[in-house]
Amino acid sequence: MTDRVHVAVALDGAGWHPAAWREHSARPAALTTAAYWRDLVRAADEAGVAFVTIEDALALGERFDTAPEPRTDRVRGRLDAVLLASFLAPLTTRVGLVPTVTTTHPEPFHVATGLQTLDHASLGRAGVRLVAGSTPAERANFGRRADGPTGLPESGHVEEDPQLVAAFREAGEVAQAIRGLADSWEDDAIIRDLESGRFVDRDRIHNLDFSGEFFSITGASIVPRSPQGQPLVTALAHQSIPYRFAAEHADVVFVTPADPAGTGAILAELAEAAAQVRTEPEPLRVFVDLIVLVEDTADAAREAWDRLEARAPLVTDARIVVGTPDDVVAEIRAFAEAGVDGIRLRPARLPADLNAIAEEVLPRASALLVGDDGAPTLRERLGLPRRASRHTRSEVSA
Amino acid sequence: MSLNPAKRQIHLAAHFPGVNNTTVWTDPTAGSQIDFASFEYFARTAERGRFDYLFLAEGLRLREHRGRIHELDVLGRPNTLAVLAALAAVTEHIGLVGTLSTTFNEPYELARQLATIDHLSGGRAGWNAVTSSDAFHGANFRRGGYLDHADRYVRASEFAEISKALWGSWQDDAIVADADAGVYLDAERIARVRHQTRLFDVDALFDVPASPQGRPVIVQAGDSADGRDFATDHADVIFSLHTEFEDAQDFYRDVKGRLAARGRDEESLKILPAATFVLGDTAEEARERSREIALAQVRPETAITYLEQVWNRDFSGYDPDGPLPEVEPDTGPESAQGFANRHAAVRARIAKLRETAAAENLSIRDLIIRLTANHTFVGTPEFVAGEIDRYVQERATDGFTVVGHLTPHGLDEFTDRVVPLLQERGSYRDTYEDGATLHDLLGLPAVRTGAPVGV
Repeated sequence: MTDRVHVAVALDGAGWHPAAWREHSARPAALTTAAYWRDLVRAADEAGVAFVTIEDALALGERFDTAPEPRTDRVRGRLDAVLLASFLAPLTTRVGLVPTVTTTHPEPFHVATGLQTLDHASLGRAGVRLVAGSTPAERANFGRRADGPTGLPESGHVEEDPQLVAAFREAGEVAQAIRGLADSWEDDAIIRDLESGRFVDRDRIHNLDFSGEFFSITGASIVPRSPQGQPLVTALAHQSIPYRFAAEHADVVFVTPADPAGTGAILAELAEAAAQVRTEPEPLRVFVDLIVLVEDTADAAREAWDRLEARAPLVTDARIVVGTPDDVVAEIRAFAEAGVDGIRLRPARLPADLNAIAEEVLPRASALLVGDDGAPTLRERLGLPRRASRHTRSEVSA
Repeated sequence: MSLNPAKRQIHLAAHFPGVNNTTVWTDPTAGSQIDFASFEYFARTAERGRFDYLFLAEGLRLREHRGRIHELDVLGRPNTLAVLAALAAVTEHIGLVGTLSTTFNEPYELARQLATIDHLSGGRAGWNAVTSSDAFHGANFRRGGYLDHADRYVRASEFAEISKALWGSWQDDAIVADADAGVYLDAERIARVRHQTRLFDVDALFDVPASPQGRPVIVQAGDSADGRDFATDHADVIFSLHTEFEDAQDFYRDVKGRLAARGRDEESLKILPAATFVLGDTAEEARERSREIALAQVRPETAITYLEQVWNRDFSGYDPDGPLPEVEPDTGPESAQGFANRHAAVRARIAKLRETAAAENLSIRDLIIRLTANHTFVGTPEFVAGEIDRYVQERATDGFTVVGHLTPHGLDEFTDRVVPLLQERGSYRDTYEDGATLHDLLGLPAVRTGAPVGV
């Protein structure tokens, strides 16, 4: 008997395939409208998806695309992911909302308070996907600092570029700041004590006093503690430095094995990294990323895929599944048997493949999936207990 | 009754109650200042009252009193941008305006955040641009308290210029989305934005398409000469503190008079001072309620704390119903930087307090009530509606930013009792026009997004 898995969905523009916007089912002129995102995320919510991730970047182009911008043959233009998630919070009821945050440029204080607010507005469904590093285009947009990585080194190995390694150290500090600020108010800091006239008990609010290599933050959060205590922290990891980053700081890591058989080696590497660096109390949850294109028949799926690829080939290291709903269910089963905690499906085309996931795939996969037991928050839905603030006193003072 | 075209139209903003002593938390009906339900309730009430926009302040650091966290007033608030984005989902017509610092943000990021809210709200976003430079708030940010006081408005002005260039850098029709031809974007309709100065080094391609308003409405709150210059250069609305009728008229004339020199129309800048109100069935009842609310806003410990902040001394032994302390303030060591200025400023402030207290023989608590809980409009709904209309018709303001004292019910009474009277007078809207942007609600000229304005 295999352990059941969670299913998440990754949302980006018109879908993960660069030609997806040219499909008849696409809504390419609506990608920055409220209606487009409301429809997508409500579909995921109603289908029982545990959480959605929302991509983001701080520049017009794609992260590792070196073509001059503005490129005219690809989707360009997007909305801020944290604010998009905040907008979606009152429109949804169960689905977790996990926006992408780039860790180099934004103020960690704003990022942390934005996520706490997302957690309040969603009643405990906030998460974040942290992305380390910046691109030259992002640095030029901000103009705040000149140094930084220029892309993956020739070898593809992060550890060979000191700038990239530093970017991961900075992302680690941002993760620490997010968790630390979330903990800075104890749960019961607001006392509304009419007798003494005190709204809060200042002894239950704690300055962060964080001083790192890249930034420092003195004060406590401006936001009282949110329903989850801390947001769900996630990261995508392909290789050793990112694995270590995820093992140290994340609750959930997204990985990209080539096939189910390749999953064991990644799980082993993550476990080894976690044994060395992990300080979070719960074990790291591992989700496998799958890019999916779903049609009723295998032939129709292949035909659609070939049409997309002829227009713009997809470059990815994630496993690609092109087929029927049953084919996707078989993939979910195979990875569940390989021992992962969840699957993050990246629809090749939006909204088409999300709708197929919601209407065809998930109902057929129900025996493989962790059902929604009504857990009050995203963390709890994933089996992660609500965190007590690190400052909560173990004994009651007189 | 519908709008009377012969009358000047009143514009109203609704200020969500804040974290100073104006907001009464001891009232049994006072709710959470954090739960989204409070914001949703407040926004829906404002929308029912046909307000132009809802207005949020910003939190950068928790207030402190003598080096420790301030305990007496409401403390803690959510992230301004995230609340506005969530409110866009539960409102249809009302503008959504947030206070956001030009010091502890970067133009590229803030411009894309505000453009995001403008997209998600269908053109209802606004930005109250404020400056800050002090090290206390800076200690929570990457930049720290690095900015010279004199550079606050230099940075703010350049920040606004860069933001406007980014918002204008996509033409409305830059997205072609021609699936057959495989052309998503027309690169000719997107401009690069370059801004290289002592304070900025931006070379940007914006990544958010042109939003429904072209750019969000810009609000400005500073009252200094620099602040007024910023307003006449960049703002669509001024959130002022001038509420005495003649003073308000003077301010109105001064600011509106500066517009022509900048090629701007008078209607292109609205002045909406902050106003508190207390209603009653009779004038007498309203005065009694005003006194009760003032006593709740300035509790004995609040009055003492206020003085402690000015004097920088422990006054816990003083009687709030007694006279002002006669001791000297503690202005810090003489060797401290800026000592002379600070010393003089504190002395001058204390002299002013003594003068006010002596002239009317006020106790400590009554003095602080006079300073912080002096309600702008106190009277029957008819009286308050009449005053608001008079201010607008006689060009003392274009309307008001209404500040209630209760979360989240602070707008209920005003909406139920004053708004209908303004509507009867024919100077306030009965309904929203479908699809109106915040620019439209405020009667501001539309922003041109025909040609990209980047360089």
